[in-house]
Amino acid sequence: MGIPLEQILIQTINGLVNGMILALVASGLTLIFGIMDVVNFAHGELVMLGAFTAATTLATTGNFWLALVVATLVIAVFGALLQVTTLRPLLGSGSRTPQEVALTTILATFGISLVLQKYALWQWGPSARKLQEPLTGQYTLFDLQYPWYRIATALLSAAIIGALYLFLKYGKYGIWIRAAIQDRVMAQAMGIPVPLLHTAVFAIGAGMAAASGVLFGPLAGVTQTIGADFTLRAFIVVVVGGMGNLGGSILASIFISLLEAYASLIVSPAQAVIFSFVALILTLLFRPTGLFVPTPK
Amino acid sequence: MRRSATSYWIGFSIILALLAVAPLVLPEFWRRFVTEILIWGLLAMSSDILIGYTGMISFGHSVFFGLGMYGAAAALLWAKPANLWLALLFGLAAAAAVAVFVAYFATRLRDIYFSITTLVFSQIFYVVIFTWTEVTGGENGLTFSRPALAIPGLFSVPFTTETLHWFVLAVVTISFLTIRRVTQSPFGMVLQAIRENEPRARAIGYAVERYKIVAVMLSGLFAGLAGILYAIQNKFAAPDFVFFLVSGEVVIFNVMGGIGTLVGPVAGAAFFLLLREGLSRYFTEYYLIPVGIIFTAMVIFMPQGLLGFARRRLNQ
Repeated sequence: MGIPLEQILIQTINGLVNGMILALVASGLTLIFGIMDVVNFAHGELVMLGAFTAATTLATTGNFWLALVVATLVIAVFGALLQVTTLRPLLGSGSRTPQEVALTTILATFGISLVLQKYALWQWGPSARKLQEPLTGQYTLFDLQYPWYRIATALLSAAIIGALYLFLKYGKYGIWIRAAIQDRVMAQAMGIPVPLLHTAVFAIGAGMAAASGVLFGPLAGVTQTIGADFTLRAFIVVVVGGMGNLGGSILASIFISLLEAYASLIVSPAQAVIFSFVALILTLLFRPTGLFVPTPK
Repeated sequence: MRRSATSYWIGFSIILALLAVAPLVLPEFWRRFVTEILIWGLLAMSSDILIGYTGMISFGHSVFFGLGMYGAAAALLWAKPANLWLALLFGLAAAAAVAVFVAYFATRLRDIYFSITTLVFSQIFYVVIFTWTEVTGGENGLTFSRPALAIPGLFSVPFTTETLHWFVLAVVTISFLTIRRVTQSPFGMVLQAIRENEPRARAIGYAVERYKIVAVMLSGLFAGLAGILYAIQNKFAAPDFVFFLVSGEVVIFNVMGGIGTLVGPVAGAAFFLLLREGLSRYFTEYYLIPVGIIFTAMVIFMPQGLLGFARRRLNQ
C-alpha cells in the first residue's frame, strides 16, 4: 500500500489551489469564446506576460499586492490594444462565415502568441524568475503543514471569479455582455455597442489571465514557456467544461487539476498531463457538449 | 482550358528543372537549404489535403512527421547495414499507425474541436517520446548513420549532397503528383464538397466520416514521408519535432503560401525558411518576432496567401 493518506490530502489541496488558478485563466478564455467565437491561442502568453510584468513591478516597488494590481491593469489595457489592432479587423467584416472567423482568428492569435513568447525571451531573458511570496506562514492542520500563500491564492481566485459572476449577473454592462453572447445581432439592434463590448471582454479576460499569472508566480518559476502550457491546459478545461460555459469551465478546472494532482502520485508530473489529455478525448467522444453542462433537451 | 493546362505543365517542368540543377550551381549551404525546403514543403503539402481541401485545420501534423522520423530511426538503428527502403517502410508504418489512431478519434469532431484534438494528440505523443528515455533517447533524441542509396542487386552508392537532393526531389515530385491526382479524383471532389458544405455532402449520401478518416490518414502518410526524408538528411530524430510548434509552423506555411493550392504551401515553406534565414542574421533567435508579425498581418490583410490568387489555375 504505497501512498500514505497525508500525500493524498496534500495533493487534494494542491489540486484545488491549482484548479482555482486555472479557473481564472479558463473563465477569461471561455468568456472571449462565448462572446466573439474567438479561440484565443495567445491566452497563455497573457498569463506569462502578467507574471513578468509583476516581477518587474515587484523588483522596483517591493509590494506584491501592488504588483498584482499593476500587472492586471497593464495586461488588460494591452489586451484591449491587441483586440483592436488584430481581432477587430477580422471580426468586423460581415462577409465571413463563423467558421472562417474562427479559423482566421485562431491563426492570428497563434501568430501573436509566437511574437509575445519571443518578446518575453528578449525582454526578460531565458532564466526562470520566482516571485517572492507575500505570505510566508504555514497553516497547520493536525500534523500537516501547508503554506498560507497557496490557500490565499485559491481564495483570491475564487473572489475574482465570484466578482465576475456578480458583475455578469447584476451589472448593467454584465447584462449587456450576456445579451451579446446570446444574440449578437439582436443586441446590436437594441443599441448595445457590440464591438466595444468585444474589446472590453477581451480586456477583462486578459486582466484575469494576468492576475492568475501573478498568483502562479510564487508557486513555480516564471519562464517565457509557461504560456504554451497554460494555453493547452485552458483549452482542455474549456472543452471539458463545455465551450462558452463559465460555470462548466470552473468545475472542469478543478476536476482536471485534481486529476493531475492524483496522477502525479502514481507517475512523474511530466506524464500526469497525459491523464488530462485522455480525459479531454473521452469527453469529446462521449459528451462533446461538455461534462458540466445540463443535457440538451 | 487546354492552353492553360499546357502552360501549367510547362511551368511545372521549368520549376522541376531548376530544382534539379540547383545542387550543381548553388554553394554548399544553399544546396542543403533547398533540400530542406522540399522536405518541409512536402509536410506542408500533406497538411493542405486537410486544411485547404477538406477544411479541417490540423494543429497536430508534427505527430505524423515525428513518428515517420522515429520509425525511420528505428529501422536505421536496428538493421545492419542501414537500409534506405527499410527506413521508408518502418517510417511509413509508424506514421500510418498513428494516423489511424488520430483519424479515428479526431474526425468525429469539427472546426476548432478538430484542431484542439489534433493538437492534444500530438502533445500526448510528445510527452510519451520525451519521457520514454530508454527507447526514444528522451530529450537527446536518437542519432544514426545515413543509409546508402541502393537498389538491392543493382547498385549501392553513399548519399552525397547532390544525390540526396535528387532523391528528395524525386520523392517530393512523385508525392506532389499523387496528391494532385487524388485531389482531382472523385474522392478529392467529395473532400472539397465537405469543405464547402458538410451537411449538404452528408445529405447527398456521402459517408462524410469515412472520407474524413481517409483524408487524415492520407495526409498523415505523406507527413510521415517528410519525416523520414528529414531523418535521412539530418541523421537524427528529436522530440522537438513532435512538439506542437512544428505543427504551428506547418499551418503558417499553408497560410503564407495559400491554402488549397498544393504548391502554395511549398512556396510558403520556402518563404518562411528564407525569411527565417534572412531575419535571424539581424534578430538572431528572436526572428520569430518579425516573422510572427508578418504572419499575423498576412492573416488579416492577405488571407489568400502568396499563391492564393492563382488558386483556380493551380487546381486545373
